[in-house]
Amino acid sequence: MLEIRNLSASVGGNRVLNGINLTVEQGEVHAIMGPNGSGKSTLSYVLAGHPQYVVESGEAILDGEDLLAMPAEERARAGVFLQFQHPVEVPGVRLDQFLRAGYNAIHKSKGLEELDPLQFDRLLQQKAGIVNMEPTMLKRSVNDGFSGGEKKRNEILQMAMLEPRLSILDEPDSGLDVDSLRLVADGINQLRSPERAVILITHYQRILNLVVPDVVNVLMGGRIVRTGGVELAEEIEAEGYEGQDEVLQAQG
Amino acid sequence: MVTPKQLAQTEYKYGFVTDIEEETAPRGLTEDTIRWISAKKQEPEFMLEWRLRAFRHFLTLVEKEQSPKWANVHYPPINFADGVYYAAPKKDQPASLEDVDKELLATYEKLGIPLEEQKRLAGVAVDAVFDSVSVATTFKETLSKQGIIFGSFNEAVQEHPDLVRKYLGSVVPYTDNFYAALNSAVFSDGSFCFIPKGVRCPLELSTYFRINAAEAGQFERTLIIAEEGSYVSYLEGCSAPMRDTNQLHAAVVELVAMENAEIKYSTIQNWYPGDENGVGGIYNFVTKRGKCAGDNSKISWTQVETGSAITWKYPSVLLQGDNSIGEFYSVALTRGYQQADTGTKMVHLGKNTRSKIISKGISAGHGQNTYRGLVKVMPRAADARNFTQCDSLLIGDQCGAHTTPYVEVQNSSAHLEHEAFTSRVSEEQLFYCQQRGMSSEDANSLIINGFCKEVFQQLPFEFAIEATRLLEVSLEGSVG
Repeated sequence: MLEIRNLSASVGGNRVLNGINLTVEQGEVHAIMGPNGSGKSTLSYVLAGHPQYVVESGEAILDGEDLLAMPAEERARAGVFLQFQHPVEVPGVRLDQFLRAGYNAIHKSKGLEELDPLQFDRLLQQKAGIVNMEPTMLKRSVNDGFSGGEKKRNEILQMAMLEPRLSILDEPDSGLDVDSLRLVADGINQLRSPERAVILITHYQRILNLVVPDVVNVLMGGRIVRTGGVELAEEIEAEGYEGQDEVLQAQG
Repeated sequence: MVTPKQLAQTEYKYGFVTDIEEETAPRGLTEDTIRWISAKKQEPEFMLEWRLRAFRHFLTLVEKEQSPKWANVHYPPINFADGVYYAAPKKDQPASLEDVDKELLATYEKLGIPLEEQKRLAGVAVDAVFDSVSVATTFKETLSKQGIIFGSFNEAVQEHPDLVRKYLGSVVPYTDNFYAALNSAVFSDGSFCFIPKGVRCPLELSTYFRINAAEAGQFERTLIIAEEGSYVSYLEGCSAPMRDTNQLHAAVVELVAMENAEIKYSTIQNWYPGDENGVGGIYNFVTKRGKCAGDNSKISWTQVETGSAITWKYPSVLLQGDNSIGEFYSVALTRGYQQADTGTKMVHLGKNTRSKIISKGISAGHGQNTYRGLVKVMPRAADARNFTQCDSLLIGDQCGAHTTPYVEVQNSSAHLEHEAFTSRVSEEQLFYCQQRGMSSEDANSLIINGFCKEVFQQLPFEFAIEATRLLEVSLEGSVG
């Protein structure tokens, strides 16, 4: 479904990704683990099309299409969803209106039915239950005054509404208490299906006990240095990231 | 991405010219011009005298070169002696709506203000002003059944001279400022509303001002009087053809609210702003002021300013009655080479008076946007309160936002709050919206509407939609 080949990218003149190779098949959940500054968030921004991130070389093919050639909104319409590590506040714009604008833009591009506010509200109420979101929050300005946990749950709600083919989750677990983590993990698991894929970026193994990945990748210095199963995450949890890149070189 | 250049190049949709024969006053500005206008309108003697007094005062201001220089707007000096101060469709004033010229009906229909009975906007009575005269007023009879007077200023001068005499200039005297003096001398028409005691006006009252003639300026006057315990919501809209010369629009609006009365005054100003190089456009120099004359009265101004080459206006409230309330909600958008210097004055005279100012300035292209406000608390105004919030949004890096709040407090029990911030439509916000599937055009519009929300929600429903649409039009064709 997603094929990343030799992808290098920079931001603000600094090279952050140094030849990423990654293949994600339909139905898979890929964990990407790595220390701070290893390029995890950069990878997610590059795939989603943030204008500040410059692709130097390489390619990313989604369902046979050149993902990197599309503007951000077309990637979203092609089914790429980015859960932001730090969701942006949009003052004065109600969450339900914001979500409906995105939902209808995506539906319109696919020739599907757009929903009026009443129809949309019904669907939204139903999905809000998944992440235990109070109905009053749906009428508040997007992320304005939301707590860290509320912001993360809001991101998962948006994912549940948009039903993306490829979800890129950038640290959905950071800053969450145990209860919120459970809600977020349930939300992600509910969206798992044979047609969809997830790239789950995290520092910690904790969330991987709740959202069990099919593949674990270790990202260091802008490259995938190791790939394995769940046991790789456990190994990192026990031993840390130090020396992981040397493993690759030894295999080299 | 939206570039400032693209934003500046948006199309003006109301720039057409109506092909109709018009009669104009002889070029120039002398006492004869004033007499000509007054005679044209068959005015009673008191009106001519008042105009002449205003004109003589205006001449002293011209001599002393006292046109206002303090605003943060720049334009070449205006040659007032070379202007045309009156233009009106040639045909006689129609007796009823059925007799209104077809060209005029078509004009208003094109502007989205159908006047014919079967097409009228539900719940809104409209007075249509074309250049210097009112050409039609809808729902007049419905309103008069409740004792409400709504129609052209000229008619009011003929039919209710005592009311006009009593209130004309009572809030904005002709000595108030340069453009108020000019307007008082040459004003041609406008709207007049009188809401009798205890009546809640069942319709939105509205005036649509259209400039058509190529050379004439528009000088209208609006006077709204809300008697004890009455309520009225009034809306004004405006547009003009695209021309490469600048045209002057100098209006005066006076509001009077008696005890327990409330006036809600909304403006959607969409005069021609000039082209992308800053050529042409309307100079919109307007004096608007309301007087909360009675205790517990309330006056609320809401304005959405998207047009004009230059906007210079400060809708204000004199809070004379105890416990009276003044409000000012404003969105001012400047793009291209537009300049706006706008804000309000809240003058607290009575006890326990309250005022609220919410100002949102949006600048794009080479637009320059200044908020200028005065909150004045007089010695007798015990426990006066004011809340001011003025926010600016910048799009691109060639535009400017300026904030000039003045405060004068002469009573130590006053309580004033002021908040201000300037922001840009951030790349992060745009990316967030686009990541959810929205085009950059829709994302911009969503973010800007969010910024204006507190003001738009003050507008009557249909007009909030109109205002939202106007902002969207201004962003049209902006996706690169």
